Amino acid sequence: MRRTIFYLLIILLSLYCAGPLLWQFITSLKPDTELTKLPPILPRSPTMDNYISIFKGHPFFRIILNSAIVAASTTALSLILGSLCAFGLAKLRIGYKGLILGFVLSVSMFPPIATVSPLYIIIRALGLRDTLFALIITYTTFSLPLAIWVLTNFFREIPDEIYLAARVDGCTPFQVFYKIMLPLAAPGIFATAILVFIFSWNEFLFALTFTSTVASRTIPVGIALFPGLHEVPWGDMAAASVVVTIPLIILVFAFQKRIIEGLTAGSIRG
Amino acid sequence: MRDEERGRWFVMPSLVLLSIVTIYPLIYVLYLSLQRRLLIFDVSRFIGIDNYLFLLKDDRFFNAFKNTLYFTVMSVSLELLLGLAIALLINRSFRMKGLVRAIVLIPWAIPTVVSAKMWEWIYNTDFGILNYLLGVKINWLGSPFWAINAAVFMDVWKTTPFVVILLTAGLQVIPKDLYQAARVDGAGRWDIFTRIVLPLLKPVILVVLIFRTLDAFRVFDAIYVLTGGGPANTTETLSIYAYKVLFQTLQFGYGSTLAVVVFLCTGGISIFYIRMLSRGVKL
Repeated sequence: MRRTIFYLLIILLSLYCAGPLLWQFITSLKPDTELTKLPPILPRSPTMDNYISIFKGHPFFRIILNSAIVAASTTALSLILGSLCAFGLAKLRIGYKGLILGFVLSVSMFPPIATVSPLYIIIRALGLRDTLFALIITYTTFSLPLAIWVLTNFFREIPDEIYLAARVDGCTPFQVFYKIMLPLAAPGIFATAILVFIFSWNEFLFALTFTSTVASRTIPVGIALFPGLHEVPWGDMAAASVVVTIPLIILVFAFQKRIIEGLTAGSIRG
Repeated sequence: MRDEERGRWFVMPSLVLLSIVTIYPLIYVLYLSLQRRLLIFDVSRFIGIDNYLFLLKDDRFFNAFKNTLYFTVMSVSLELLLGLAIALLINRSFRMKGLVRAIVLIPWAIPTVVSAKMWEWIYNTDFGILNYLLGVKINWLGSPFWAINAAVFMDVWKTTPFVVILLTAGLQVIPKDLYQAARVDGAGRWDIFTRIVLPLLKPVILVVLIFRTLDAFRVFDAIYVLTGGGPANTTETLSIYAYKVLFQTLQFGYGSTLAVVVFLCTGGISIFYIRMLSRGVKL
């Protein structure tokens, strides 16, 4: 009896979490005429039309490509800068360590709206409006605190003796960093990469203000400004939502352990 | 000495980038907030604290402030309660635990904009599944009472997974012997929860509250996409109001003033929580 109730609750929980996405998936398979009918819940004559139409009618592929470029570059840049900084903070002698960590942490609490107006003016003045570069630099900065924080915790767990032994053997700090420390911290780096990738794939405010054409539009902006002449094309919208969510669902199912590790290292152990 | 010099080179690139893209704009936004600046007309004039004085008489600002507070308090407290319940539920071994944990993470991973559009469709008056399942015909996003609560509900759905993950991590640190010892001493489930679990979980709960309160207070995309701030500004939060003043009416001076206020509020919130956290650790 106890067990039955427990499993019922688990099923309820799963439905609550996955239900909205499931409903979006069902909607995406419905032809336009069925969208305005409830019941039935399931499509009578399932179709892929909505999926075909988002790639045919709209520059959807270009938008996905933009997002992929931005997210991948941001991830790479934040990992390079973040791991260097985290290694320095965790293993090297640096003055004002506490102050630096406090500064990094306080930046992560910045509300994006507070910096969007000056950044917009700066980016416009530099002629970087509507470029992917502007997004990559901004995202890298806003994900650096997370990267530094998580990676510092991971580097700290590697014993100091390893660092010292390698130094005695004649390695420079930089050689110790990329030959020994990076491979050892691989799980942490991987966890950070996933978190930064998801953040940049999903960011909306900066993407909305810094971009104006399809040349640099990313997925969230594309979805929010989904073209609809008189009404929202719910079928197309559902198909688009499913397509852009698939990569994230794959990440979650394949790497849930790493994601959880990263999230908890980023907030609790500190 | 030499090592310290080398160490600087590891940290420097990150610190330079952080300063250029966050500290410099922060100083710039303070300066902008003291100006009357209209981007389209190339107007830019120093007016001192006039924008701040105007803010004190701006009903729309107070309305946005009230909405932001309501949204923050409601969504954070609901997320915490629901998150705690779910964390306690799945904090044991059972079949397919990994699968369930991955499913719980789904709302967290979906882009906020996408989930806002998903919920807009669910809330649809005529064809939405919510009205169908409840057997009612409520205009969720069109009525001033329901719209803000619909936004709260969506946010709770979206961010509870984050709370669950952190609380689960906190629960796993509690030694199993503690439960057993308490049970031997005749403590019931409720006693164990209130006298052992909750006190030991307190630091984690505070961390969760910091992150979630700050996120909820600066909420933008979720509500902007779901309702656009409507109906009749009943869901307009501070970030949305600031965004509209900045990029729809292009008043960069007053918009920056609003942005500064959001910044000061979040700063105040973090200082408040960090104080509580450090006091808790000492006790």
